Amino acid sequence: MDSNGGVDELLTELQSLKDSKLDIEARISVLEAQLQQIQSKQHPNQKGSSDCSNGGSESGHDLTPDMIYRYSRQLLLPSFGVQGQSNLLKSSILVIGAGGLGSPALLYLAACGVGRLGMVDHDVVELNNLHRQIIHGEAYIGRSKVESAAAACRSINSTIEIVEHKEALRTSNALEIVSKYDIVIDATDNAPSRYMISDCCVLLGKPLVSGAALGLEGQLAVYNYNGGPCYRCLFPTPPPTTACQRCSDSGVLGVVPGVIGCLQALEAIKVASLVGEPLSGRMLLFDALSARIRIVKIRGRSSLCEACGDNATVTHQKFQHFDYEKFTQSPLSAAPLKLKLLTADSRISSKEYDEVVKKGEAHILIDVRPSHHYKIVSLPKSTNIPLANLEDRLPEISSELKRKGIHDAPDAGIYVVCRRGNDSQRAVQLLHKMGFTSAKDIVGGLESWAHDVDQRFPTY
Amino acid sequence: MQLTLEFGGGLELLCDSVKIHSVNVDLPAEEKKLTMKHLLAWVRSNLIKERPEMFMKGDTVRPGVLVLVNDCDWELSGQLETTLEDKDVVVFISTLHGG
Repeated sequence: MDSNGGVDELLTELQSLKDSKLDIEARISVLEAQLQQIQSKQHPNQKGSSDCSNGGSESGHDLTPDMIYRYSRQLLLPSFGVQGQSNLLKSSILVIGAGGLGSPALLYLAACGVGRLGMVDHDVVELNNLHRQIIHGEAYIGRSKVESAAAACRSINSTIEIVEHKEALRTSNALEIVSKYDIVIDATDNAPSRYMISDCCVLLGKPLVSGAALGLEGQLAVYNYNGGPCYRCLFPTPPPTTACQRCSDSGVLGVVPGVIGCLQALEAIKVASLVGEPLSGRMLLFDALSARIRIVKIRGRSSLCEACGDNATVTHQKFQHFDYEKFTQSPLSAAPLKLKLLTADSRISSKEYDEVVKKGEAHILIDVRPSHHYKIVSLPKSTNIPLANLEDRLPEISSELKRKGIHDAPDAGIYVVCRRGNDSQRAVQLLHKMGFTSAKDIVGGLESWAHDVDQRFPTY
Repeated sequence: MQLTLEFGGGLELLCDSVKIHSVNVDLPAEEKKLTMKHLLAWVRSNLIKERPEMFMKGDTVRPGVLVLVNDCDWELSGQLETTLEDKDVVVFISTLHGG
């Protein structure tokens, strides 16, 4: 028996069994769905019943007995009914992004009986997704979000067609993928994708249900529907990069994208079933903290719009070569920014900093993250001075140096750390300018510390 | 003139994280009416505490900010020329991209 009493072996075997179980379950759901489709094509009016009193053409609709039972609570709605359900079953909806917005949207769309449900995402499931991306479970960590979402949808409803697009949506594949669906749900997390998806929907004449959420707020609108405006009519010029915050930096309460994702499913269902009054020409603003929902009237289609106006310049040809990342100056993926503002002699690696600590070299460590980040986790003996307050709090650095008997010399130990190593460079630039010429930043910040020095150090 | 100004989508961070402001805005000298153009200048000098470039560009709001006067897009009421009246509610909201 090995040193830890065979725990490693057990863990390895458990993991491999769990992996096999997932693969088998996924395969079962695919085969079941295929079987269901073949059977329904061969016996369109007899599914689940040999009796021919199943409504069928007699009642003027084509819902099978199983469908009638499964969707009965929707059929009982006078304003939705058989017609709404039949329309829904004949429709196809594409959900772009299987994250915080896409999770509830996909679950409800699968459950309510959309005929064909497509999903696009290139990402894999991570532990820090699970608080909001409720379609995924722990067993799928490290695996494709689309595979995970498809398995969840099939387990709820094996009678609809589920299409997996395990790839990032790009100008090269967007027209082909989107053209196969009636309605598009934008559940992405970045500005270039939003412009690209809107333009693509305008080119192909598809209604777009667009949702967004960040922090404790959400926004929702239906674009390019029934003569209404498109995303570009509303936002002809992209916002500055600094205005595009991401959930991984600013945080998001899980239920907030959940609420917006549910509303996206609802709007898509209304458009697909031809029921109700979709949120076109209007926008819903959700403020979770104050429990306020505001619905505002927005401008109509703009005749000057580059995408859908009278002299629109966006064409199929142009779309495929349009650089949306350049247009919005932000990346299509949510990958964090990696700045390089300092020269190598003003930086040290996390391993080198570890040596400084181990050798007991006199130094001070300034953590320039916002204080609510500092409260999550911090390195021992660090001083928190957020970047925004650094200039005002320089005297604290001087007195800290004095207290430790460090004189400002080219080799005096002033180290600066942040989460990923971007703000720390900005801070060092400022410190150099203010006379602290020996200041150095830790490359890659606390993330590199957790990766290269102390694997048990929490990341977020 | 009594107005309610609301900031959302992150714009509240520019004014001490306060979302709703009840304010009294005086008519500019020698003017008979208060327009959005006046109000924007007033907001910029009286409410915005940091990074004014995140709120305005030139004499209007920066791209990506929706302006709503009484729950209606200001494009429909004349943008900068929109005339404000007592007790109007003006909302400034930054468009979100997260999900």
